[in-house]
Amino acid sequence: MAEPTERSQEYMDSTEKLDRGATAPTKEGPDVTDSVATSVDVQTVLPHEGRESVATVAKRIEITDLNLYYGSFHAVKSVNMTIQPNKVTALIGSSGCGKSTFLRSLNRMHELVPGGRVDGAVIIDGQDIYASNVDPVAVRRQVGMVFQSPNPFPTMSIYENVVAGLLLNSRKTKKPALDEIVERSLRGANLWNEVKDRLDRPGGGLSGGQQQRLCIARATAVEPEVLLMDEPCSALDPVATLAIEDLIQQLKANYTIVIVTHNMQQASRASDVTGFFNLEQSGTPGQLVELDTTETIFSNPANKATEDYVTGRFG
Amino acid sequence: MSALDLTATPPRASLVRGSLPSWGPRGLTIGAAIVALGLIAATDVNAALVLVSAVVLCGVGLYAWSRAVEGARTATDRGVTFLVSSAFALAIAPLVSLLYTVVSRGFARFDYQFFTESSRNVVGAGGGASHAILGTLVITGVATLASVPIGILAAVYLQEYGHGRLKRSITFFVDVMTGIPSIVAGLFAYALFALFLGPGIRLGVIGAVALSVLMIPIVVRATEEMLKIVPNHLREASYALGVPKWRTVVKVVLPTALGGIISGVMLAIARVMGETAPLLITTGAFSSVNLNPVDGRMQNLAVFAFNQYKNPGVQREPYFDRAWAAALTLIVLVMTLSLVARLIQRRFGTETR
Repeated sequence: MAEPTERSQEYMDSTEKLDRGATAPTKEGPDVTDSVATSVDVQTVLPHEGRESVATVAKRIEITDLNLYYGSFHAVKSVNMTIQPNKVTALIGSSGCGKSTFLRSLNRMHELVPGGRVDGAVIIDGQDIYASNVDPVAVRRQVGMVFQSPNPFPTMSIYENVVAGLLLNSRKTKKPALDEIVERSLRGANLWNEVKDRLDRPGGGLSGGQQQRLCIARATAVEPEVLLMDEPCSALDPVATLAIEDLIQQLKANYTIVIVTHNMQQASRASDVTGFFNLEQSGTPGQLVELDTTETIFSNPANKATEDYVTGRFG
Repeated sequence: MSALDLTATPPRASLVRGSLPSWGPRGLTIGAAIVALGLIAATDVNAALVLVSAVVLCGVGLYAWSRAVEGARTATDRGVTFLVSSAFALAIAPLVSLLYTVVSRGFARFDYQFFTESSRNVVGAGGGASHAILGTLVITGVATLASVPIGILAAVYLQEYGHGRLKRSITFFVDVMTGIPSIVAGLFAYALFALFLGPGIRLGVIGAVALSVLMIPIVVRATEEMLKIVPNHLREASYALGVPKWRTVVKVVLPTALGGIISGVMLAIARVMGETAPLLITTGAFSSVNLNPVDGRMQNLAVFAFNQYKNPGVQREPYFDRAWAAALTLIVLVMTLSLVARLIQRRFGTETR
């Protein structure tokens, strides 16, 4: 019993060293958020506790008894959790346990799937996004999303892709203001230097990693308060993955970030808080088994299933 | 020393096999063709019989030769290749023959006069088909204006919004409409207008309605297929940016499918442009230029060709020449449209994953 834990501890230490080495030169966020991020109090991440606010524009998300269905299939069962602002929350768990479904319920994308049904409350900044008088389109303007495979619009140039959220909504913006948004978003996504000379070229001509950073720039250009990422690095090579992870570290200064990942090193490197989803057996709904600081989840998890999963002994 | 050892080791199985000379299959085919043509020229046996037996004998001979030299697998490959090539030649032969006939016979009157003059007061030689060309363009244009919006909107409904029984029944009726014989569409349009304007009515716009009935299902089907292959992740990316559904359809889905939709519309136009039967009933025949689709009869190329051939004068040749020239013009028009469709597809077509 002790052996695997020790191994995972060693493993954690080494990845943390690697992580620091890789991200140290690129850290640009203010020191305040950095220190908050590294000294996460366990109390604050437990469901419905620790309401002390961090001075920020990013939003806290409180989820109460959330149940998700596909038609008659119960996909996710009674999730209760609080997602902290200005933190990166990673969701891990085996395939089909409901992580992505849960993530898509946070900006009302789940109901777009035929038969998709939601029961429960998701409260962003005091407002239940599933209240009957809430416009899902307005919710999605506040909660941006980056998808598993990079999906720039093929009919648009790089420039148009970045400001797609504004163009598609016909929000009247003057050209100089648009230029500024494009540059700021692309700089924010660490892509500006690579594409600044070919902004009028189609977005589909970029490499996979560049396309994914373009999609992140597109999602941040509309200035959401929450950024959801559904396995954003699963189609990327290690170098591009590292670039995205660095970017996530910078973005958390301004956003609440929730990331679904199958890559446990990524969860341990890039997140502050980790939630573990699991299902008892196939056919039963997925559940949030454990939610804690990333350090605790990967070194000393409370639940046996979590420990089996993060140490690689999970079936 | 080691090199010597390597060369000394005998191979476990030979990788070498016999093969036909590179000129083999081609030589055999050309030889068979020469023998067959010689036989046809020299004797008076049935030419078709000679050609068919030459093709069969050539294929069998190639297979047997290859099997003897190269083995069973390569022989099968050569045999099937021969079979597929023959089938292709069989399919393309009528097309080439048709094109050759129309071009060679239509060329006699494919002149300046044919495009500038109408056949008003023309008896015998001379005259032209400008009234028919313009009529074809007007009728097809009105039909296109009517059916493209209806077709695209119907396809958007079916693909993006529709569900349940209404969607299923619309899909069913579109399928039924695809199979309507063109004469029935013509009779329907005629009956519709005859109800309001009295029997015997002949107008360009009635023909346009008849053609719309034929075009709409083609446009719906083509657009629906194009919308289907727009990847869903593009729609989701748009929704995730806080874009409402209708804007997503108008600004993301339709532009992505635009190339395919345009080429589908062009093919639908090409398909109805040569229709004869419904226009014979609805627009009648006319020998002067008429550009107003809601006033009086209108001529078009297909009906023009039909009438020239059906009612020749005492001196038949000029009428037949005009009919062939009209057929050639129609083919050129349709071909131009297809080419334009291809160009547009290449220009606006986007790769969809």
